[in-house]
Amino acid sequence: MTQTECKVIRASDINPRFKYEIKLHGAEKLMRCFQCGTCTSDCPIARYSESYRPRQIIRMAQLGLEDRILDSDTLWLCASCFTCTDRCPQGVEVASVIRVLRNLAAEKGHIPQVFKEQFSSILESGYAYKIPELRVKRRETLGLPPLPKGNPESIRKTLRGLKPEKLFEKSGGD
Amino acid sequence: MSKGKYLIFLGCAIPYRVSAFEVSARKVLAKLGVELVEMPEFNCCGLPLDPVSHEAMLILAAKNLALAEQKGLDIITLCPGCAGTLKKVNRMLKEDDALRHKINQHLKEAGLEFKGIIEAKHLMQVLIEDIGLERVKDAVVKPLMTLSVAEHNGCHILRPKEFIGFDDPEDPKTLKTLIEATGARCLDYLEETECCGAPSVGINDKIALQLARNKLNHVKAVKAEAMITICPFCHIMYDTNELRIEKMFNETYGIPILHYPQLLGLAMGFQPEELGFSELRVDASKILDKTKGGK
Repeated sequence: MTQTECKVIRASDINPRFKYEIKLHGAEKLMRCFQCGTCTSDCPIARYSESYRPRQIIRMAQLGLEDRILDSDTLWLCASCFTCTDRCPQGVEVASVIRVLRNLAAEKGHIPQVFKEQFSSILESGYAYKIPELRVKRRETLGLPPLPKGNPESIRKTLRGLKPEKLFEKSGGD
Repeated sequence: MSKGKYLIFLGCAIPYRVSAFEVSARKVLAKLGVELVEMPEFNCCGLPLDPVSHEAMLILAAKNLALAEQKGLDIITLCPGCAGTLKKVNRMLKEDDALRHKINQHLKEAGLEFKGIIEAKHLMQVLIEDIGLERVKDAVVKPLMTLSVAEHNGCHILRPKEFIGFDDPEDPKTLKTLIEATGARCLDYLEETECCGAPSVGINDKIALQLARNKLNHVKAVKAEAMITICPFCHIMYDTNELRIEKMFNETYGIPILHYPQLLGLAMGFQPEELGFSELRVDASKILDKTKGGK
């Protein structure tokens, strides 16, 4: 997916319905993008990454290169700073399109480890990180009130039936 | 809702490793006459789930809002990520009947319902909108006149503008105004609104550190004596990684990273020990010495 990497695109690689399917998930304004490049030129990640180019991801989504987008690690480099969303002259909400694509990649099972860990921690404790016992004790020394207790059972109840099912089932467990 | 009493939503990062922010914020708010009530139970705001499942994020945020509604209190958060998420979902559910109905079907499983009767605000917004700049200034007894600092707002306190909308993300003024209320000078520097890099930690650490390094270089260039943050993640990114960045890229900074309520607390006359200064990784003794006597 890098800019220098030129792969031939075959008609069979294209899902012509993709641009309509993702609109149902929240990428409503995808087709407004006219490839001006504001998103990429203002993207803090693109400054330091060889491969992450939001404009390119948007174009690939418009074209329907579903597998190529969803199977790529590049999708997960977005820092969700929303600079692209705020500056897009067409109001595409680029960061939200990236989020929609990530959700679809997650349904296919592509989830970076760091997100998996936070996910299971939330389902187990309510907190996105496992709060070390030392920290809990240190609160007393610092004169802080006890931490509110998580309610994992109630969290699991409210999240029941969501996709990706495997993720919720595996780390959930009633 | 009452402007003097809030439900405090700590989020996950602060209990995990950013106690100094919480200690100093509680001190400063108490002095300003704000009463804080603890959350009855804790669920993450939902933001870390958004990349994996947008719906799960919506449900968790709505769950927190519904719990606050039961208490009849507005939410105050110290983490801009939590504030942004709760504000955004609050507005989405208030405006979209179909979405609210859908999310409420999930909340029903836990005996909850989202009604849309409270607000969620970040500390900075409470300071400027509810308490007001004049009252903040009035509480300053030891102005930090000799100090020149730089601010770092971070992204989620400002963007996306459509949902946050209390300051201009391209030229934010609130934090600067609040810093100047302490008597300190707030310096302008290059790329002030750039991301700290924290969201890329664990995905691509090198990019994350390069972003933090870039900011530290710009802050150093204007000779700021400290960097002031209002986000636990931005603070971790700079404070925890400053020494690592110095080694990795052969730089020298020595710039202490302070949580805004630590700065305000000093100006209010609190002692550094009361404001969690011992929790900071980068040595802040230089500026503490400077502000010690200062009238």
